[in-house]
Parts: sequence; structure tokens; C-alpha cells
Amino acid sequence: MKVLVPVKRVIDFNIKPRVKADGTGVETAGVKMSMNPFDEIAVEEAVRLKEKGIATEVVAVSVGVQQAQDTLRTAMAMGADRAILVLTDVAVEPLGVAKILKALVAKESPDLVLLGKQAIDDDMNATGQMLAGLLGWAQGTFASKIEIADGKATVTREIDGGLETLTLALPAIVTADLRLNEPRYASLPNIMKARKKPLETIAPADLGVDVTPRLTIVSVAEPPARQQGIKVESAADLVARLRNEAKVI
Amino acid sequence: MAVLVFLDHESGIIRQASRSAVTAARALGEVHALVTGDASVAEAAARIDGVAKVLRAAGAAAAHELAEPLAAVIADLAPAYSHIVAASGASGKNVLPRAAALLDVQPIPDVVSIVDADTFVRPIYAGSALATVKSSDAKKVLTVRASSFDPAPAEGGAAPIEQVTVPEGPALSEFVSIALSQSERPELESARVIVSGGRGMQNEENFKLLNPLADRLGAAIGASRAAVDAGFVPNDYQVGQTGKIVAPELYIAVGISGAIQHLAGMKDSKIIVAINKDPEAPIFQVADYGLVGDLFDILPQVEAALDKAG
Ligand SMILES: Cc1cc2nc3c(=O)[nH]c(=O)nc-3n(C[C@H](O)[C@H](O)[C@H](O)COP(=O)(O)OP(=O)(O)OC[C@H]3O[C@@H](n4cnc5c(N)ncnc54)[C@H](O)[C@@H]3O)c2cc1C
Ligand SMILES: Cc1cc2nc3c(=O)[nH]c(=O)nc-3n(C[C@H](O)[C@H](O)[C@H](O)COP(=O)(O)OP(=O)(O)OC[C@H]3O[C@@H](n4cnc5c(N)ncnc54)[C@H](O)[C@@H]3O)c2cc1C
Repeated sequence: MKVLVPVKRVIDFNIKPRVKADGTGVETAGVKMSMNPFDEIAVEEAVRLKEKGIATEVVAVSVGVQQAQDTLRTAMAMGADRAILVLTDVAVEPLGVAKILKALVAKESPDLVLLGKQAIDDDMNATGQMLAGLLGWAQGTFASKIEIADGKATVTREIDGGLETLTLALPAIVTADLRLNEPRYASLPNIMKARKKPLETIAPADLGVDVTPRLTIVSVAEPPARQQGIKVESAADLVARLRNEAKVI
Repeated sequence: MAVLVFLDHESGIIRQASRSAVTAARALGEVHALVTGDASVAEAAARIDGVAKVLRAAGAAAAHELAEPLAAVIADLAPAYSHIVAASGASGKNVLPRAAALLDVQPIPDVVSIVDADTFVRPIYAGSALATVKSSDAKKVLTVRASSFDPAPAEGGAAPIEQVTVPEGPALSEFVSIALSQSERPELESARVIVSGGRGMQNEENFKLLNPLADRLGAAIGASRAAVDAGFVPNDYQVGQTGKIVAPELYIAVGISGAIQHLAGMKDSKIIVAINKDPEAPIFQVADYGLVGDLFDILPQVEAALDKAG
């Protein structure tokens, strides 16, 4: 079984993003970038499937700028076998990413595409579902557990009221939630090895995909700041203020 | 053109968040509601104030709000609608992007404000920025944040109900089971008061120390990711970027440091209280009232003060 894992290069989750002064977006120049945390979880799951002898090959894919190579090398250091960079300098929306991935699925014929549930920059939570729609495949989103047996995937999903379990006919799309696993750190020898693993670069046009965005960004602004609060001295003071000042209890 | 709103339900009860989606959709046109499940769900939808027509997708394929058949139903209905809307809960986020792909539309998730029929405001980077985006798609597919729109009244409407057929297709996914957390408390997304605990609660037993406070305030209980990951409480308690987005009148954060991913889920609360032993904890930067000290000392004191105040 072949597993395709799309990984996105995003601003590191520890960094507080700054809105650009001209209101056109968020400052990314000189900011630490890392693999989207949900995608680390997806890579980890794919590598574990390989270690269990269920997956035979794990292919990492990224759509993005030249530096997304680093993200792909990280995926390979974690255990992915090879990588594909779909090189583009334009901002590709989930619809465009899903179309690119659909074309790659046609080339690679994976049995499972494991994505992150959302990218922490644009927070769209859309790409996996859209790819599933375009392919007409089953989808198991927000997965906290995956089991593969007898040509089926059994997926436990985090939903609003608790947990839901579905079985999916393969090939299928699964998107990873936070509690699916704890991703490993790549060891130094594996980072060295990853440098020699194959990384192919292609252009969206090679795949015959039009990625013209459908959304234009009118403006990006800081959210309104909260007013500075106060420290209270005691529980009694807190309760009195909640009652008399804030009038919420 | 009318607006199609998918109303999700849990155990036959339409979620309050979906009624907020009705309010958002009314700003865009006449509201037609799509529901699955028993006849009683459709009847409840018909009573919601502002719903002009209810479309009921009945039958096995539409049960459990499975994404594959539902997205197909929505794509079938889409030609009659300018916008397709749902609340940004787990169900809307599962189904709508798939439907959007079938329609060759880029969806617009987590809308917090509607500027006009094409232009919407949505948070990005865990709410660190608000992006105003304009869609060039002929049809718009959006999910809306319930915390940004008041729920439409559950009663007041009397809309007609029509059946819609679920297109035949291969059974791609199959429902196996559901495990809902049992709680007598209000739903997180609709609670007026939330008491939330973090890693500082230390363990599952201690986490229960929040119950007496929540009882006194009629509050829902929430948690940070760290508390959920450590198994103190189930996953559906999580508040934050990847959990629930809440905006109650009063949010009390107990033993929560205030990571940006947590703040993303609660910083629009009207009043925020933080109880934390670390005076430098970032949660104090968003708190209206901060109380520095050991939560195990402070919790009983707050309860006593509440009892005294009556
Ligand atoms: C340089 C640059 C600047 C941008 N600036 C802005 C901006 O300021 N405002 C704005 O609204 N948009 C901006 N965008 C567009 C935005 O990044 C896209 O909308 C985004 O790629 C898709 O949304 P998402 O990542 O939230 O997708 P989600 O649907 O949340 O992603 C889910 C999963 O899909 C997969 N995936 C998603 N994207 C990729 C990818 N590129 N490669 C591989 N796998 C992927 C991953 O597995 C991910 O976990 C910018 C894009 C670029 C490249
Ligand atoms: C991709 C991604 C998504 C995420 N999504 C979410 C999300 O949706 N929601 C979320 O919450 N987190 C999320 N996180 C995790 C987030 O970054 C933090 O790790 C998490 O919120 C920390 O939880 P905490 O505040 O309970 O724990 P900690 O940061 O460990 O804080 C515990 C606090 O308790 C205080 N404390 C300890 N003992 C006591 C005591 N006896 N009395 C008083 N105070 C005490 C400490 O001073 C400390 O401030 C996400 C992270 C990533 C990478």
C-alpha cells in the first residue's frame, strides 16, 4: 500500500504572527518556518503504517516555494521514502492544492492520502475534504485513530459531541487530528540519510492544473485588542467585582 | 436567489450553532434549511424563526451526516442557491468543503462577519489576524462562527417541509458507532459561563474540583489541549484553535497558561478571569480579572465567596 502525505510549510507554531503594516497579509520574511504540526502527525502515522508492514511506500508532497524543500526533507528524515515539490510562488488555495493533489494521485496511485486536518496559517480545514470530493473517494476527517485491514480503513473521528467511528473503502482520504499520535523527532543520522533521498520538483503547469485563486485578500488587520485588565487580591474581591463591576454573575 | 443552510443535529437536536448560521444567512437572502435524520428534526427546523423552507434528506444514506452522500445532495441542490452556509462545527467542516469541490468553488471557512454578498471577514493564524476576502466564485460556500452571530429563535417559524432525494452512489463510508460524552451541563458553544481547566489541574481526579464552581455558576466545563491530551477530560471539552470557539459572558481559566492556540478559542469572551500561580503567565494579558496563587487554595475560597454573596 502506498501512502501520499501532503505537507505544508507554515510559520512555526511558537511564533506570534505579525500583520504587515500595509495590511496586505502576515509578515513571513525572516520568520521561522516549520512543517504544519498536523502534517507532522500525518507523516508520523504514515511512517508507523510502514513500520507495521501495512504501507510499502510513503511519499511526501508539498505545494509551495523552493524552501518547502526543507519541509520535505524533514518528512523524509521522519521516514518518508521520497518527496515531490510542486513549485510555485503564488499563494495556492485549498481548491488549487486539491486539484494538484488529484493530478498527483493519478500519477502515483496511492491507496491512502493522509493530510493534516488544517494548516495553522490559513486555518481553512478544507484541503482533504476537497480532494476527497474531486476524487470521489471516502473521507475520514479529524482522525484520532486509524486501523487498516481487509481493504478498509476504520477511522475514529473527533466530533463536536465526542467520538465517531467510520469504516472507509480504500482508496481513501484521512485527515489527522492532534491526538492521532505524537510525532517523533528526526535523529541526526536520519536527517543525514534524508539528504540523499529522492526529491522531484515539478510545476503546477506540468500537471495541467490551473491554480488561479478565487479569493482576493481585501485587507488583513490585527483583531481589536482587549483592554488591559487588573489583578485582584482575593477570591472575595474577585466575586464582588464579577457581581458589581462586570455584572456577569 | 435563496440561501441554503445545512443544519446539523446531535441525537435529533439541532445544534444552537446551526441557528446562528440561520441568522448569518438571513443577511444574504431567503433561508432554506437542509436537514437529515428523523421527521422530528425537519419539524424543529421548520419552527426556527427565519427559515422559509425545509429540505429533508431522509434515508439511510443521509443518516449520521456522512460527508459523501450529503455533499452530493448539496451539489444537486446548489443551482437554485447563491450561497451555501453551515455552522463551523465538525459536521459543517466535514461536509461543506467536499460540496464546494464538487461545485469547483473555493470555500470560505469560519466567517465572523459578512461585508456584502461576496466579501467576508475570517480569522487566520489562530485569530492573530483578521482577513477580509472577496470571492470571485459564482456561488459562495461558507461556514460561519457561531460565536459571532446570535442564534435565530428556535420557535416562531412555520416553514413547509419538502423531501429531497439522496443521489445514488457507491457506499464509500459506513457509520460504525458514536460515543458522545454525557453531561448534564450546558453545551460549551452556548453556555453563558464557562469554567475551563488546564494542565495545572494535575490529574483527572483534581479536574473534578472544577465541578462545584461550575455547579454554582450554571457553567459548562472546558479544557486546554494539555488537559485533554493528558486524559483529564474527553476531546470535546477542548477550547482553542483546533477545538471549540467560544465567547461566553464569563470565562474562568484555571491553571491554563494562555498559549495563543488556546486564546484563539476564547479571547472574544466578554469577561475573562484567570487563576494561575505564575504571575507572568500570558493568560493574564487577556484577563479582565487575574488572581495569582495556587488554584487548590483559591477554588474553595471562590466557592465560599460565592456562597456568602448568595
Ligand atoms: C507566500 C504565501 C502567502 C500567502 N498569504 C496569504 C495571506 O496573507 N492570507 C490568506 O488568506 N492566504 C494566504 N495564502 C494562501 C494560503 O496559504 C492558502 O489558502 C493555503 O495554502 C490553503 O489553506 P490552508 O493551508 O489553511 O489549508 P487546509 O485546508 O487547512 O490544509 C489542510 C491540509 O492540506 C494539506 N495542504 C494544504 N496546503 C498544502 C500545500 N501547499 N502543500 C502541501 N499540502 C498542503 C496539508 O496536509 C494540510 O494540513 C498565502 C500563500 C502563500 C504561498
Ligand atoms: C497545532 C496546535 C494546535 C493547538 N490547539 C490547541 C487548542 O485548540 N486548544 C488549546 O488549549 N491548546 C492548543 N494547543 C496547545 C497549546 O500550544 C498549549 O500547549 C496548551 O494550550 C497548554 O495548555 P495549558 O495551558 O493547560 O498547559 P501549560 O501551558 O502547561 O500551563 C499550565 C498552567 O497552569 C499553571 N499552574 C500549574 N499549577 C498550578 C496551581 N497549582 N495553581 C495555579 N496555577 C497552576 C501554570 O503556571 C501554567 O501557567 C495547540 C498546539 C498546537 C501546536
